[in-house]
Amino acid sequence: MTTSLALIAALLFGVGTYLILQHTLSRILIGLALLSHGANVLLMGSGRRGTPPLIGSGDTAGFADPLAQAFALTAIVITFGVSCLLLALAYRSWILTGTDEVEDDVSDRAIARGGPDKEVADEEAWHEVALGPDGASQDTEPASSA
Amino acid sequence: MTTLLPLPIVLPLLGAALSILAGRSRTAQRVIGITVLTAVMVISAVLLVAVDRDGALVSQAGGWPAPLGITLVADRLTTIMLTVGSVMLLGVLVYAIGQPGAERNHVGFQSVYLILAAGVALSFLTGDLFNLFVAFEMMLTASYVLLTLGGGRNQVRSGMTYVVISLLASALFIAALALIYTATGTVNMADLAGKMSELPPGLRSAFAVLLVVVFGIKAALFPLFFWLPDSYPTAPSAVTAVFAGLLTKVGVYAILRTQTLFFDEGSRPATLLLVMAGATMLAGILGAIAHDDVDRILSFNIVSHIGYMVMGIGLFTAAGTAAGIVYMVHHIVAMTSLFLAAGLIEHVGGSSSLTRLGGMVRTAPIVAVLFLIPALGLAGIPPLSGFVPKLALVDAGLLSDQHLIVGVSLVVSLLTLYSMVKIWSAVFWNPVMEDPEQETHAVGRLGGPPLMVIPAVALILVSLAIAAGVGPLFDLAERAAADLLDPAAYIEAVLG
Repeated sequence: MTTSLALIAALLFGVGTYLILQHTLSRILIGLALLSHGANVLLMGSGRRGTPPLIGSGDTAGFADPLAQAFALTAIVITFGVSCLLLALAYRSWILTGTDEVEDDVSDRAIARGGPDKEVADEEAWHEVALGPDGASQDTEPASSA
Repeated sequence: MTTLLPLPIVLPLLGAALSILAGRSRTAQRVIGITVLTAVMVISAVLLVAVDRDGALVSQAGGWPAPLGITLVADRLTTIMLTVGSVMLLGVLVYAIGQPGAERNHVGFQSVYLILAAGVALSFLTGDLFNLFVAFEMMLTASYVLLTLGGGRNQVRSGMTYVVISLLASALFIAALALIYTATGTVNMADLAGKMSELPPGLRSAFAVLLVVVFGIKAALFPLFFWLPDSYPTAPSAVTAVFAGLLTKVGVYAILRTQTLFFDEGSRPATLLLVMAGATMLAGILGAIAHDDVDRILSFNIVSHIGYMVMGIGLFTAAGTAAGIVYMVHHIVAMTSLFLAAGLIEHVGGSSSLTRLGGMVRTAPIVAVLFLIPALGLAGIPPLSGFVPKLALVDAGLLSDQHLIVGVSLVVSLLTLYSMVKIWSAVFWNPVMEDPEQETHAVGRLGGPPLMVIPAVALILVSLAIAAGVGPLFDLAERAAADLLDPAAYIEAVLG
């Protein structure tokens, strides 16, 4: 049982990490959700297993550790709230840019091009290239249009 | 006295709820915000005096004894951080009220700000590792909202990076908690201190490094700092000032607390921390030199100076830790004042780009002074507040024979001065660039609305007070460092 929990946690961490490294916002969000699930499974596996920890239902020595479950519950609630906020942000980002791509840092790109002086011009130029005149994505990654 | 312990957390939370109820009247919200934060400041100062005199105070929530219940602990380090943090939070709130923008346009600003204050207070006060996670989430969730308040394109983009990286850190934190709980069966920090020493050394080292990574992301340590200079500059300047002053320092505090309390000399990752500290200093300051925007230069400077505090921690000597604590106090105040000055620069000049600003020493002489004092303080020019902690760090480094990190810290100091002088000469001394599109606000004698200038002046006075009273402050930090490196008193206070 514990081995299978560990395997599930490992799988969730692996898939989550892979998805977070993608360039599309929706995948990053799903990746984060999976990653926190992995952490919660790990948290569930951290306590002692046993019978339901209800006073009066039997021998207390055989009880499962309720603290680990309380931890996991708290963590789930917090992750749920933050995920909602993140989804709202992602929706806002989609409304503003019309794409699902994660944008690079504008100022860093300007520096990489050899000088921050034309920062604003660069930003505008990049938006034209990336978004096209009608705001639709012209980036080449096909999966991003979903 | 222990009844005062939960108040820095409970009062801001109550204030946040009241503030939502009073949403129709901005004046009522402001009265609530300022009253609550003033009360927290007074309580923190009282706690600081009491703890320094009588030793650590402990409060067990609901009367459940440790390690079963949730424990709040105030020792010297906690109360020092609480006091400085609450002074800063109050100053920035007044500044935000004076600044046209975020606070005036958003009904939720005051309550979210108070929740941030509660989260910061809880992360300093908690004596429970899982509760520290909850505190971080409170603080971070509030900061997500504050960062993206305007909902503009840039804010959403950088806010996204910030939220994703913070969530990733949180998931790692939960994983670390799960592993630590599996190994030790407790999350009470004082209890962990004892249980951790029974684990095999390899496991202990793994936990130590895992916690460094988790808190290193929050503290913006190299190589986990890249999100900070990207996200901070897009927020309104009052919000950036709070983030710059406090949020990264909470990460540094967590590193200091967990490393000293949980791990003994053999399993502390001292070399790793020193290497990260040196790389953080260098990477941060090189970024600051490369950039050309006031907010970005300052943001990279935050990163760079986190390295100094971690250097103090990484030495793991009483002298190094004390110097690191004083450096944190100095840096919270100096960095916040710099961002407040940067907000005034934007207010007067209508831009934060060095190429578009100029000649402000004539148009806004007060802003020039408000920038110059903390800028020189940050670079460590005597007699300002940065000089003594830097000197103490160098001294502690030499005592421990860590010559490389001392050399790096001195070079970075010089480069900090360069990056500050770069802002100074471009914004204040160079002639104004004629730019027909540039919009400037009408500037009064003060160089900004009085409510923006007064908090900036007040924080600079605080930093001058730190410089003047650095002797007693240093003695206090030395006592705090002694507590940290020999946590027997802390453990006994919690577990009884």
